[in-house]
Amino acid sequence: MSKKSGAVSKSSSYLEERLKTLEGKLPPSIIEELREKLQGIKLTKEEVDKIINYVIEEYENSLVEPGEAVGTVAAQSIGEPSTQMTLRTFHYAGVREFNITLGLPRFIEIVDARRTPSTPMMVIYLDEEHRYSRKKAEEVARRIQYVTIENVSKSISEDLSTLSIIIELDPELLKDKGLTVEHVVKALQRLKGEIVVEGNRIIFSSPDITDFNKLRKIRERITNLKLKGIRGIRRVVIRKEGDEYVLKTEGSNLAAVLTVEGVDPTRTITNDIHEIAEVLGIEAARQAIINEMQSVLEDQGLDVDIRHLMLVADIMTHTGRVRQIGRHGVSGEKESVLARAAFEVTVKQIIDAAIHGSVDELRGVAENVIVGSNPVPIGSGIVRLLMGFSSPQRKEESKE
Amino acid sequence: MPKKFNIFDHVLVPKHILLTKEEAKKVLKELGVQPWQLPWIRASDPAAKALGAKPGDIIKIIRKSKLAGYSIAYRYVVPG
Repeated sequence: MSKKSGAVSKSSSYLEERLKTLEGKLPPSIIEELREKLQGIKLTKEEVDKIINYVIEEYENSLVEPGEAVGTVAAQSIGEPSTQMTLRTFHYAGVREFNITLGLPRFIEIVDARRTPSTPMMVIYLDEEHRYSRKKAEEVARRIQYVTIENVSKSISEDLSTLSIIIELDPELLKDKGLTVEHVVKALQRLKGEIVVEGNRIIFSSPDITDFNKLRKIRERITNLKLKGIRGIRRVVIRKEGDEYVLKTEGSNLAAVLTVEGVDPTRTITNDIHEIAEVLGIEAARQAIINEMQSVLEDQGLDVDIRHLMLVADIMTHTGRVRQIGRHGVSGEKESVLARAAFEVTVKQIIDAAIHGSVDELRGVAENVIVGSNPVPIGSGIVRLLMGFSSPQRKEESKE
Repeated sequence: MPKKFNIFDHVLVPKHILLTKEEAKKVLKELGVQPWQLPWIRASDPAAKALGAKPGDIIKIIRKSKLAGYSIAYRYVVPG
């Protein structure tokens, strides 16, 4: 009996030893899985070796081989399911309160790396103190939501006879936003002019207003005058997720929101990839691209391997900036003239190349297909013979 | 006033490590590449700035990954 348990502990320590040597050979998650599955099972050293060798063999067989056209495979693997997406949705699907672009339009937006998404949106998590009570969450929401004078007034009208502007404030709206008439007056003081307050009515006049055009312009400025909140956040909605309250916003301003009191800055995210790249860096943008693409595909019930998305995100962030997949980004910056010409604006590419006397090294796939060379450098065709006439290594060898 | 937020605490930002010259050399030799062949990161990138990286440095990035547990990538710091 005691002999047996001794053998087990021996084999498990041997297992640990072997697993340590695997670091770098196998991904950490597979090593972890091996440890989990093999622990507590009585195995001889030979059996452990056999299992581990088999796992390594399986793993190495599943790796991408040199020369494999991973980009083409990724393009097809994403492209095929997204044709189904086109048929199913070209609509906006609401999160009850407001619309978010979903489906193919959103996917195109991500891949094109548009400056601003068509429906910028943030998910704001709250800190420990504000997370669990609706009241506290509302407090933070009020701090974030962008409020202009227009949002708290019944009407803003022009009085043409006295060349003044009459603002009719809505006391209920004011109260809802946590503001008073004084706040509005204070905001108005930033403009040059005279302010007369009559209850909930404010009359604004200014010596600058000399004609109707000016009056109209000033009125425009007053309607958009900021009272409080963060620029860009048009609406805030409070939703309960699990046991905590989360704010969802229409409009996005990551840098500003992260500094707001009560916000948990470690989890708060936006769907604006460029904003993430600016505030959190290129690696965060890479992760954001993957997450966004995955969530679009998941929403549509499409199953695309995450590795394809990772490849796309890697290529998009390769130069340290977020580049689009397209004429102004990845495809447009290819080295080969023919490959660029094969993509878009063919004539322009060829004319430019002619003017600059460009040379095409014919190293990529597209250009080799165009000139009809055989073999095209993918797969086993990627192997080439090189003769190094003046490589330093050879010289050393010949000296010996 | 809330305290200054450290971007490395954010869920989207993986761990960045600035490599010393020796470490960088070793990594390049292991991978058999020239520094410019690595993915780039701008010196003005928030993460690179936080580490105080200068153009020419190499940053090691330890990404959390659902597939592999974690994975290691390198980025070459370029001006800009």
